Amino acid sequence: MKVNIIEAKNLTKKYGDFTAVDTISFRVEKGEVFGLLGPNGAGKTTTINMLIGMAKISSGKVYYNGVDLTRSIKKAQEIIGVVADESNLYDEMSGFDNLCFCGSLYGLTKKERENKAKKLLNTFQLNEAANKKFKAYSKGMKRKLTIAAALIHHPQILFLDEPTSGIDVASARQIRDLIKKLNEKGTTVFLTTHYIEEAERLCDRIAFLNRGKIIKIDSVNNLINESKDEHIIEVVLDENFSDKAQLSAKLNEKFTYLNCQFKNDKTIKIISIKPIDISPIVQFLSLQNIFIIEARLHRPSLEDAFVKLTGIEIDLMKKDKEKK
Amino acid sequence: MKQNIAFWNILLKDMKNYYLKPPNISWGIIFPFAWMLMMFVKTKTAFHIEEVFSGIVAMSILFGTTSMLSVTITFERKSRSFERLLLAPLRIELLIVAKITGAILFGIFNSIIPVLFSVLYFKAMVTNWTMLVIGIILLSIISTLLGLFISVSAKEVFEAQTYSNFFRFPMIFLCGLFIPIAALPVFIQPFSYLLPVTYGVDILKYSITGDNSLSIVLDLALVLMFCFILFYTSLFFIKKKWII
Repeated sequence: MKVNIIEAKNLTKKYGDFTAVDTISFRVEKGEVFGLLGPNGAGKTTTINMLIGMAKISSGKVYYNGVDLTRSIKKAQEIIGVVADESNLYDEMSGFDNLCFCGSLYGLTKKERENKAKKLLNTFQLNEAANKKFKAYSKGMKRKLTIAAALIHHPQILFLDEPTSGIDVASARQIRDLIKKLNEKGTTVFLTTHYIEEAERLCDRIAFLNRGKIIKIDSVNNLINESKDEHIIEVVLDENFSDKAQLSAKLNEKFTYLNCQFKNDKTIKIISIKPIDISPIVQFLSLQNIFIIEARLHRPSLEDAFVKLTGIEIDLMKKDKEKK
Repeated sequence: MKQNIAFWNILLKDMKNYYLKPPNISWGIIFPFAWMLMMFVKTKTAFHIEEVFSGIVAMSILFGTTSMLSVTITFERKSRSFERLLLAPLRIELLIVAKITGAILFGIFNSIIPVLFSVLYFKAMVTNWTMLVIGIILLSIISTLLGLFISVSAKEVFEAQTYSNFFRFPMIFLCGLFIPIAALPVFIQPFSYLLPVTYGVDILKYSITGDNSLSIVLDLALVLMFCFILFYTSLFFIKKKWII
């Protein structure tokens, strides 16, 4: 039987007249990776903040392990570890000292926290930087140490707010692997991210959040399957095309059962509710002296499900986040 | 037990990271020393040390503690490391006490130089050593709590500095550090009695010369009352503004 480690019922957060999170309900099962996905301002961080005690709950209830802790979230803080969207350790302290200090906040004895700090530095491959000051760490190392600090007291649930945002590809990959390993060892992970691929790779279940409301919650597979009602082929042309609107119009006129649109200067995205026969399209284009160098079947992804359900374009969401 | 471990480690971390840094130690030594020297030069060697003793001790404490606490808390809030403390399963009252204890100890340390200098070099007479120690501790607590109150209002480190100065400089003149309150214009005197430092300085004066303007019991009661008000007002705003 699946046990709910967190259950939120009609959780609402209001700032004056503005409703940041609007009566959302969800549950997080013990041992799963639960993702909260949405654009900036969707209410992801506010939701996390309500769950961890950094924001007051306007209305609704939060249960941890079946116990109503809505008005006493402090009690939940012993079993949770939180990684904020910024690496927020102490610049002047070494990696080892930072971990030991964080352990002391949870009442670990000197021996306990030193042993745990050594183990975590080893797990996160930070042994060599153990005595370096935090401010001398690279962004990726800082992120890793921040995650390690959240694990020093062996929490049941790890909250990760944008864990790989703003770090290099190699470190991001390492962090994702670490999250997977932690989860395999039994830690429940609550994750927010704007990287859809990351959510797809890591999460068991995902909630799409937009404008403070949950649009959909389901397993990654179910969400992807839902967007399978369309067939999509991407056709790459041999050269950049300037009059894209005209060509799209011609294609849509010729093949009325298709929806053709340019994805970029060289790529046409062809969408149909039926399987797509590519040969008449190739023929039609070659008559126009336009040649295809590649045609690929577009497999539905979480991104498609997200776009379909929320109507938000991913590129816009990423750009928006990067601007921030 | 767990809360005790957290408390001591927050205090030790602050002492190590902020208060025991060489620039701050030297501040605690140089600042009161410079004031003593200035008084000495101004009065061309002959001045009654007992007249300025309490003022210099009070100023050393006030200048050390208010800005240190407000700046360190604002800095930690800005870098979001303070969030880490708020997320620990630690009572918020205890967390704040841990944060202010470091600044109180720093204030007490700052008072040691002028006390030693006055007593050992200028041969100042202290009539009541116990009250001097109590006065120094209470003044350190009240100055630190003023710093805490400032940190609740400041969002940036520079704001914390500005607000600290906004409070501190008028206090030099209003709280009887060097100019007796009775010598101030009558319309200003009520403001003096609204400031907690006035009563702390009065306790110091009592301990050094035995000559103070209010009853010592009233001074002690009012300082404790201000401590209580400042602590709980700051705590109220911390809960209101930082746990949004």
